[in-house]
Amino acid sequence: MSDHRHVDEFTGVETTGHEWDGIRELDNPLPRWWQWVFWACVVWSVGYWVVYPAWPLVSSHTKGMIGYSSRAEVAQEIKTATAGMAGQLERIRKAPLEQIRTDTGLREFAMAGGRSAFNVNCSQCHGSGAQGFKGFPNLNDDEWIWGGTLDAIFRTITHGIRNTEDENAHQSEMPAFGRDGILTKAQVADVAEYVLSLSGQAADGTASARGKPLFTDNCAACHGDNGQGSTEFGAPALNNNIWLYGGDKATIVETVTNSRRGVMPAWGRHLDEATVKQLAIYVHSLGGGK
Amino acid sequence: MSFLIFLPLGLIGLLGLSLAAGADDAVMYGHGLLMAAFGFLGIFWVIARDGDMGGPAKAVPGGVNYNDGVIRAGVVASTFWGVVGFSVGLVIALQLAFPVLNFDLPWTNFGRLRPLHTSAVIFAFGGNVLMMTSFHVVQRTCQARLAGGWAPWFVFWGYQLFLLMAASGYVLGVTQSKEYAEPEWYVDLWLTIVWVVYLLVFMGTLWRRKEPHIYVANWFYLAFIVTIAMLHIINNLAVPISLTSTKSYVLFAGVQDALTQWWYGHNAVGFFLTAGFLGIMYYYVPKQAERPVYSYRLSIVHFWSLIFLYIWAGPHHLHYTALPDWAQTLGMTFSIMLWMPSWGGMINGLMTLSGAWDKLRTDPVLRLLAISIAFYGMSTFEGPLMSIKAVNGLSHFTDWTIGHVHSGALGWVGMVSFGAIYFLAPRMFAAEKLYSLRLVSAHFWLATVGIVLYASAMWVSGIMQGLMWRAYDSLGFLEYSFAETVEAMHPFYVIRALGGLLYVVGGLVMAWNVYQTAQGRIRDERPYETTPAAPATAPAE
Repeated sequence: MSDHRHVDEFTGVETTGHEWDGIRELDNPLPRWWQWVFWACVVWSVGYWVVYPAWPLVSSHTKGMIGYSSRAEVAQEIKTATAGMAGQLERIRKAPLEQIRTDTGLREFAMAGGRSAFNVNCSQCHGSGAQGFKGFPNLNDDEWIWGGTLDAIFRTITHGIRNTEDENAHQSEMPAFGRDGILTKAQVADVAEYVLSLSGQAADGTASARGKPLFTDNCAACHGDNGQGSTEFGAPALNNNIWLYGGDKATIVETVTNSRRGVMPAWGRHLDEATVKQLAIYVHSLGGGK
Repeated sequence: MSFLIFLPLGLIGLLGLSLAAGADDAVMYGHGLLMAAFGFLGIFWVIARDGDMGGPAKAVPGGVNYNDGVIRAGVVASTFWGVVGFSVGLVIALQLAFPVLNFDLPWTNFGRLRPLHTSAVIFAFGGNVLMMTSFHVVQRTCQARLAGGWAPWFVFWGYQLFLLMAASGYVLGVTQSKEYAEPEWYVDLWLTIVWVVYLLVFMGTLWRRKEPHIYVANWFYLAFIVTIAMLHIINNLAVPISLTSTKSYVLFAGVQDALTQWWYGHNAVGFFLTAGFLGIMYYYVPKQAERPVYSYRLSIVHFWSLIFLYIWAGPHHLHYTALPDWAQTLGMTFSIMLWMPSWGGMINGLMTLSGAWDKLRTDPVLRLLAISIAFYGMSTFEGPLMSIKAVNGLSHFTDWTIGHVHSGALGWVGMVSFGAIYFLAPRMFAAEKLYSLRLVSAHFWLATVGIVLYASAMWVSGIMQGLMWRAYDSLGFLEYSFAETVEAMHPFYVIRALGGLLYVVGGLVMAWNVYQTAQGRIRDERPYETTPAAPATAPAE
């Protein structure tokens, strides 16, 4: 501890004369540029307070000179964006789907809107490229469980599948043949062999032969005599090697035993009609729209 | 005097037992038992130490009988929690890149491990470093032993109990869901007790000082301790559903809750991670550089301007939300005005090195301290920039924020802490010198390259993310879905995890170095060449 001032040899600057555990402090002034930038920031801030809403008062606050409000700003942005699209959206709302598809201008708009809406709402299950995942159909191929015409796609998107929110949703229920004791374990295995043979996969001939009458009795009503499927019941075709849950024997046994029950929301309850129409146009265009 | 500590310890033990006995849930049961163990084992520990409160028991001839035992414990705890906190950070960085690493278990999912990481690095690592260095600095610069007998040890162990209850609670799903203030009401109350004792020990030591003036580092430590107490108490006001349940409801709701939370959250950055660590800088940089502090006047002006301005800046976390525009304006403008007061600390730190720049070649400990100041300057420029509403519109909710926080946390807080730990290890364990300066240098490079990978990956990823979110096509439709932005960020998440890995390895190298130093070993290595003009690496004392 020393209270006399001392001159630092290296810089030639005096210290303040204090010392703590060997630490001294130089008596340097505040850097000039530091002060200038600090005051510039203060002046800028005061200017900002004058222009924008800033200080709270007893029951209100200073409003600023330009009447700025972030809510008004975002409302204006939304208004501009909506107004820019309003004409096209109105035309889409009025036009039948087929007309939207054949009108170049409308189709271009519907495709852009459909792609955007698909990415936000549908890609979580059907994939960014609509390629699908296990239990969620690929929308690029020619296989349509509930129909691939524009109107059928529009209906599926609007009402959804097996959901509880829309009474017009597609409904169908595959029995859990194994779990509910309709077929024995051995019978399920035989049916699975037969289903394998339908899509031309290698199958055990004798088991498959035992499975054929079981298929006719239990499955053909929905999936068709030759496993060609039915869009009326949402029963997928079994003869084309396109699989929703998988076409290997273990997966088929699992499907026949416990059934499957894919669900899709009724998008008509979440999106406006023009958006659903755009989605239908987009999905129809992806691959094998009929 | 020693036996006086038995009464509070016994009461804590009994309180813990009764909490466990009446517990409404398993976590309260476990935490009650932990508290009971703390109280009763504490009594045995005090008896076993036979009156030794740390440091030499006898008066030191011609000097002050410092309490260095608690600082020694702090070196160990800081190093330990540092490695734990960095490792959990690496795990969650990998989880973001490879979600399968969540393991589909409640205890290991990102939602629970993320607060474990933030609390472990901020409160466990940072908090132990702050307590350790403040106890060291206040004793040395006041030439006085820590006040309060056993109280410093109560602060140390009480703080570890707080950390243990907080961390185990997170993993078991006990949280009040306030960012950086996740611990539930009873853990908050316990921390309040520990913190008040901490404040009393610190002020008591200042009171005892033999120096006429209070050194600048102590102003910063005091501002940190007092303000954190205020922030902690107000932000954690809550009503428990019962005195034996872990669950509580926060007193505030809606936008008031959001503003209180970010008033707390931003000042946790301002007073915990800035003011406290500036206290570290103001002691260890001039000590290690053996140079006087650049400007006394600057230290006063930037201290008071920092303290006054920081407390207003919180609303910049709530731009373009339900928070009224006037509050957003104040949050933004005070953040801008804060730029120079923050840089005052950087100037004072870096300019203190004038006359000692040559030592950076030969002293890796000083190099850690110097680069920490550089990162401090960078982060405190980036912060005001990001508080500007137009910039924030792009940066908010993106990885840019994560990059900003980590350039400050890894660069400033981490590096200055490593410098302090390397300074203290040989002195507190009475070793001749550090086990290895070459390993310190290795740690410096691992950490620096780690930060550069981390921060640059997050800048690119964050700005890309922000731009993708706001991209529209020519017809006015959104260009990208959220999932597409996540996919685009994947490579940067991998690079970030790689940076984190380097930082963890650096922490392990430090732990090894500290352990060997504590054992009194010296590594057989090529020494740093010192020029005759500057015999730099010799211990300063």
